Amino acid sequence: MARQLIDQFAAQLPEDRRASVYGGSKVGHEKRTKVLFDHFPDADRLRELAGEIKQHVVENLDTYLPKIEASLIAAGVKVHWAATAEAANKAVLDIMRARGATRMVKSKTMVSEETHLADYLQQNGIDCLETDLGEFIVQIDGDHPSHIVKPIIHKNRREIAQSFERHGLGAYDDDPQTITRRARRFLRKKYLEADVALTGGNFLVAESGRLVLVTNEGNSRFCLAATKTHIAMVGIEKILPRDRDLALLLNLLARSATAQQLTVYTEFIKGPRSSTQPDGPEEMHVILVDNGRTDVLESDCREILRCIRCGACLNVCPIYRQASGHAYRSVYPGPVGAVLSPLLAGKKFPELADLPKASSLCGACNEVCPVNIPIPDLLLRLRNKGKEEGAKIASAGTPPMGGWAVLATQPMLWKTAMMGGKILDVLPEKFVPVPAFRAWTDQRTLPGWRGGVFRKWMRTRETKPRQPTVGP
Amino acid sequence: MNDRDSILGRVRAALAPLKVRAPLPDWEREIVIMREARGNVDAWTLFATRMKAVNGTPLDTAPALVALLEKENAFVGYCDPALWPKLKPSFPATFTVETTFDRTRVDHYAFGITRAAAGIAETGTLVLKDASTSSRLAALAPWIHVAVLARDTLFHDLPEAVDALGEDANVIWCTGPSKTADVEGILIEGVHGPGLQVALLLD
Ligand code: SF4
Repeated sequence: MARQLIDQFAAQLPEDRRASVYGGSKVGHEKRTKVLFDHFPDADRLRELAGEIKQHVVENLDTYLPKIEASLIAAGVKVHWAATAEAANKAVLDIMRARGATRMVKSKTMVSEETHLADYLQQNGIDCLETDLGEFIVQIDGDHPSHIVKPIIHKNRREIAQSFERHGLGAYDDDPQTITRRARRFLRKKYLEADVALTGGNFLVAESGRLVLVTNEGNSRFCLAATKTHIAMVGIEKILPRDRDLALLLNLLARSATAQQLTVYTEFIKGPRSSTQPDGPEEMHVILVDNGRTDVLESDCREILRCIRCGACLNVCPIYRQASGHAYRSVYPGPVGAVLSPLLAGKKFPELADLPKASSLCGACNEVCPVNIPIPDLLLRLRNKGKEEGAKIASAGTPPMGGWAVLATQPMLWKTAMMGGKILDVLPEKFVPVPAFRAWTDQRTLPGWRGGVFRKWMRTRETKPRQPTVGP
Repeated sequence: MNDRDSILGRVRAALAPLKVRAPLPDWEREIVIMREARGNVDAWTLFATRMKAVNGTPLDTAPALVALLEKENAFVGYCDPALWPKLKPSFPATFTVETTFDRTRVDHYAFGITRAAAGIAETGTLVLKDASTSSRLAALAPWIHVAVLARDTLFHDLPEAVDALGEDANVIWCTGPSKTADVEGILIEGVHGPGLQVALLLD
């Protein structure tokens, strides 16, 4: 029996990397719980409500999409639609070419990771620079983000200092303060030289046509203060019905993501800058991106489209903490990724069909999710889909259950096996001569053997009927 | 078929089998107001407490601002031309203050003074709007940003501020100084935006 790919990855993860990911995610989770419940008497009610609002949007996208299009246009925004990653990237390039623009500064957006926008633009002669500190480090390292909110959770300061040195940003110095100041100095020149700012969008409000962006560093604000063109790439599921719903969602997003009451910068954008404002884009584009989302909408896992990318489920997940984000081989790691990545993969579903198995189904992800997504249920549905579609990878790491089935249907055999099982208590697991069993116990220890107890209890229990209880 | 039609077509097809669609719930604004902000609290007191909690600096007199800038060794800066006549009498001649922001010299300015459209007491947040911010860059690029705030513009809580977003093309809420915890989770302030965020109450 082959090991699950994610297990293999986890087993080979260098110890300091595991320590970074484990420590970072654990702290993130603990702070979140404290802040959310200290601040609100009924935090769980907030999660349920937010979930209901987003589910409503997901199930009514057919009316919300034309609505958001109309409100954006009314706000002076040019709206583009992109069915695929290629179409989305091309839309960006076309806008840049039409403006004769060659330099882009980019704020963190997950959807542009999905479409590999930065690589595509570089290949087409566009200078495209990530401005979020974590994403910037990932970019100069040719690495990939390993967390959707904290992209370099897997790196320590020594590695970062080394890459800064390699890229001519100063002699080795691993003080986080120095690292941050050097990035500040380097990037502010770039903002001012750039022609175009690319951002994602945390929310798009249907009634007002507002695009809402949150960052802590102020990089998206700098992008939008310094450049003349703003392009926002936004997934079609990012809509909220009303402005007032923002009060609920923003409160939950910041607390779930980084245990803050509010993200430092929350920007509400309604078209290009006004004529009295000297700084900021004269032209604004929104690209509404599908790239597999309509497949998800069609599936029985459409609840995952409620996701607001807060990363709380990653932080709490025992598998994510041990394996790190790269183990998920896709843009979205952790519990959300285990559901979303295989679904977004479309025809390539079989290649990621093992991800839904990277879960102990403990339910912690559902419990922390600010939009109350029943992730464990969705994982089970996807396991089923993997099985039905015969994806080989989906059964890797599953102990063969055939033998168990034979045992369980033959009482005599079962009895013997129950007695024989005691051997496992004395025989070290690694000496069990069954490879399938070994592969499974490599990373796990069995509890002490308790088989056969039920039968014994059954035989010796008192059979006297219970006295009828006398009513009051 | 263009992408718009194909996306909308696929969305409609995907939703067609649903017999009932999830309704849009209504909700009471009180449920998202923090414990600390419930009941009767003076807006400026709450604002100042909450702003300090996120490492912001609330001040209520112009001399206090001058003292802070001197302490920070920040003698060169920008000020919104409409605000300068009001502040000028408090600034000694050691200061050089410009009323146009030259983007080719962003690092020349140690501070930027602009107007805040409002504040949110519950979260200690400054609300900047394009209509009243004389320059987005001046409120962002210098190490110190001073947002001048009028008492009667304070919102009590976040839902109130959301209701008042209005028609401005750009509204930004700033809650404390720019920050990151990307490097080993260690908090560092002043990444791309101000390392020191000041709110100056000026009635
Ligand atoms: S699934 Fe829920 S917890 Fe996970 S990132 Fe999305 S919103 Fe956050």
